[in-house]
Amino acid sequence: MRWIERMRMRKEMAVHRGRESSRLEAELQFHLDQQIAENVAAGMAPDEARAAALRSFGNPTLLREQAREAWSWTWAERLLRDGRIGIRTLLRTPGFSLTAILVMALCLGATTSLFTVTRAVLLKPLPFPGSEQLVMVYEHFRSYGNGFGNEFNVVAPADYADWRAQTHGFDDMAAWRWAQFNLSGDAAELPEVVTAAAGSWNLFSVLRVRPALGRTFTEAEDQVGANRVAMLTWSLFERRYGGNPSVIGSQIHLDGNLYTIVGVLPRWFSYPAATVQVWVPFKSALPPEILTHHDFHFARVVARLTPGVSLSNAMSQVEAIQQREHRAYLNAPVAEDAISRSMLDDVVTDVRKPLVLLLCAAGCMLLIGCLNVANLLVARAAARQKETAIRGALGAGRSTLIGHALLESLLICAVGGAIGYALSFAATQWLVHSWQDLPRAESIHADGVVLASSFALVLVVAVVAGLLPALFSTRRNTLTVLQDSSRAVQGSQTHAKVRRALLMVEIAATVVLLIGAGLLFKSFIRMRTTDVGASTNKILTLHYDLPQKQYDTPAKVVSFNEALLDRVRQLPGIKSAGLTNIVPGAGYGGDDVFTVPEHPPLDPGKPMPDALERMADPDFFRTMGIPLVQGRFFTAQDRLDRAKYVIVSRGLAEEYFPHENPIGKHLVTQWESPERQTYEIVGVVADTLWEPNQPAKPAMYFPVFTGALDRDYTLAIQTQSDPLACSLPVQKVLAQLDPTLPVSHVLTMDQVMGEAAQTSSFIATLVLAFGTLSILLAAVGLFGVLSYLVTQRTSEIGVRMALGAQREQVMRLLLFDGMRPALFGIVVGLIASAGATRLIQSLLFGTRPLDPTVFAVVTATLLAVAALACLLPAWRAARLDPMRALRTE
Amino acid sequence: MGKPNDLVQGTLDLLILRTLLPEALHGWAIAKRIQIVSGEVLQVQQGSLYPALHRLEQQGWIRAKWAESETGRQAKFYALTNAGRKQLEQETANWNRLSAAINLVIDEA
Repeated sequence: MRWIERMRMRKEMAVHRGRESSRLEAELQFHLDQQIAENVAAGMAPDEARAAALRSFGNPTLLREQAREAWSWTWAERLLRDGRIGIRTLLRTPGFSLTAILVMALCLGATTSLFTVTRAVLLKPLPFPGSEQLVMVYEHFRSYGNGFGNEFNVVAPADYADWRAQTHGFDDMAAWRWAQFNLSGDAAELPEVVTAAAGSWNLFSVLRVRPALGRTFTEAEDQVGANRVAMLTWSLFERRYGGNPSVIGSQIHLDGNLYTIVGVLPRWFSYPAATVQVWVPFKSALPPEILTHHDFHFARVVARLTPGVSLSNAMSQVEAIQQREHRAYLNAPVAEDAISRSMLDDVVTDVRKPLVLLLCAAGCMLLIGCLNVANLLVARAAARQKETAIRGALGAGRSTLIGHALLESLLICAVGGAIGYALSFAATQWLVHSWQDLPRAESIHADGVVLASSFALVLVVAVVAGLLPALFSTRRNTLTVLQDSSRAVQGSQTHAKVRRALLMVEIAATVVLLIGAGLLFKSFIRMRTTDVGASTNKILTLHYDLPQKQYDTPAKVVSFNEALLDRVRQLPGIKSAGLTNIVPGAGYGGDDVFTVPEHPPLDPGKPMPDALERMADPDFFRTMGIPLVQGRFFTAQDRLDRAKYVIVSRGLAEEYFPHENPIGKHLVTQWESPERQTYEIVGVVADTLWEPNQPAKPAMYFPVFTGALDRDYTLAIQTQSDPLACSLPVQKVLAQLDPTLPVSHVLTMDQVMGEAAQTSSFIATLVLAFGTLSILLAAVGLFGVLSYLVTQRTSEIGVRMALGAQREQVMRLLLFDGMRPALFGIVVGLIASAGATRLIQSLLFGTRPLDPTVFAVVTATLLAVAALACLLPAWRAARLDPMRALRTE
Repeated sequence: MGKPNDLVQGTLDLLILRTLLPEALHGWAIAKRIQIVSGEVLQVQQGSLYPALHRLEQQGWIRAKWAESETGRQAKFYALTNAGRKQLEQETANWNRLSAAINLVIDEA
């Protein structure tokens, strides 16, 4: 039971330390009294006895300390005592302490916040059980670099069906696709446009997701012509049905058809995006022919690996099937290969680089903050040189002094870190809220790992910021320091050198950060102001969908569209209106392959000509300001069956009709229906960009008034004044024609362009904010160093002035002295940036990594800031009264 | 009055334990007893005595209690525990073995 006794004693020592202390006092006092009594008994006089006893006793304080040496928890006691002293010292210089704590709080807060986001989005596994086994399988076109197909191309449903049936490498495969519906209640009330997804019946079992209510789809329901069923996501369930479980079994209208709700997905499920509101079976709402074609690509395939079977094994089986398909359909755009990547990669691939960039920028800012605090600490140490020397002379070992200095640094970083951690919650919330495309945003929250790493970060930062000043200020130069008077400038020179070196590194880091920010910002501006080939001034766009259920004949479609255009054109304030499927800059839309009957047939196996699929009415090009290059626009006579015409973009004409006139030639492609039809080329228009940061792709425009079924449209309206003011009248016109038809994406062209550039704007803004903060820190640091130098050199300046130096000369001397570290720092920073900016090349648009403008602007800014920061102290020095300076101690 | 080296520290523990074998004593009495019994050769410094006492108490070999001393004042008395008794036997055996070995070497050489 000895260890119980030991534990008890240790507890006593920790908890009742004060009581034990006084008991030790009493014991030692008793010992002394006994000794005195013995001396008196031996015949000494009382005073003599006492003196003799004390002499043999020794120094009571030292004795007490020696007795307490053996106590447990002395290290804790010492730490607490040093901590209290540290706090008192910091409180004595509130300006310094507050500045340092604030700097640390900002830098640590930003880093913690970004780390939280990065960890949750990039590192945490997906919320599906066994998600490491999930991969996405895509098709791969070998010639993808030339604008034909993608490296990770979406899959044709017929290919997917063959893969699933004929391979056994994967445990199971499932597919899903994007969809969009006009959703309304079972009495067609409250119409709204919802983003939806259609998944194969086994999708949720492959993902191992169980519904929160009801059930998932059965195999029988995932067939063409089966009973129409749907599943709601939790957000729609709560929003539209108030969380009422009786929704199971009730019905909703999707694009005019009645669907029965069979299940509700759990709250945490937000794959593939939080905007998906409804799930339907994969084969629902699709024309049956599409499912047998190997050249319509739109499905995304999820596969679960069988434990024990390697990915390459499984994929080789899939690739074998795909190659067979390719050889069987050489005249169709059927991919040669299949390719896979993990599901996590698939979800986060777009944001990985930006997030890592932001984390590095925050890290850079943290480094700058550390250097700044280190600089402040060195300054402080310089001011307390004498105190440190005296403590050393009194017997403090060097490690003790270093420990004290590090403890102060730790205190600053701990308080700053605590504040920063609290700030990071708010910062993370703001970040998630502002970055709208961030995937997995719902999984972002601070957890234990973040807290633990914050602690670790605080420790590391404290050491980094505090070690150099600590090592430096505790050198064994006691004699020099104690003798130091201001006339001898020797001792302080080394302090100044250290501070200058720290400042140089700080400025170099600031340069790197600012150049990164500048490049991103320029890239964003380029993207935002890219000419997409169409007018973006005073144009309103509006999106709607004519579902096949109600608009089941081409005549109905055409009459709706014509009536809409007529009425809209008569509204006041509208200059012109046009219809298309997707406006320039708003996205890819779809594409199709075509052949030219007048040209010789292509060699089998060569990639087929491919162009974006677009629609236009006769007035569309004029409304959007897209000029006509050759031929004519569509006319009002090109409608219904007499509309087998097509207008091509200049890029298409140049690529596929290089030295001939395309007018009068034909394209054979599938647009209105899965069968290929022939269209005569009647006009050529200028190129437009489908997205601001992507090169133009050849496009073909078909007449809207063909009346193709089940399409969605964008109405583009050119207004006389404010576009948004016209939105409500236009919506009312639509409601008059069909009150059950919802509209979506009511945006001006400016807003459309803004949406495309949104992520890069956000990132550029953040990095620029970091850069600005860093430049502020660098300026303050420079100001501090130079002021310190001036103070140190007061007597030297006095001597110079007494010997005849003019004020301007003194000012120039000090200015150069202060600018020197800044200049070195800028040069080092420029060199470092030249290397570092290569890494962000893929995030830049229209901007070279070594863009001279950005480099020049950043250099000039930093020089200006440095000059300004040095000016005040230099000017103050020049105003010194030589007599006062010489007399200063 | 520097830190006692290891040998002295071990021996001091042995002396204290042996002194406490017959009866419980307070710190001053222990120092006095050792001094008298060793014929004024061994003088225990207070700086080594009290840390040693605390250490022994922490190990569980002696137990401390506050009681009235012979002069009527409160003092901290230390008594040997059973574990301490065993430790004393062990240390005595060690000491005997060690001193015998040293004697052998001295006599030989």
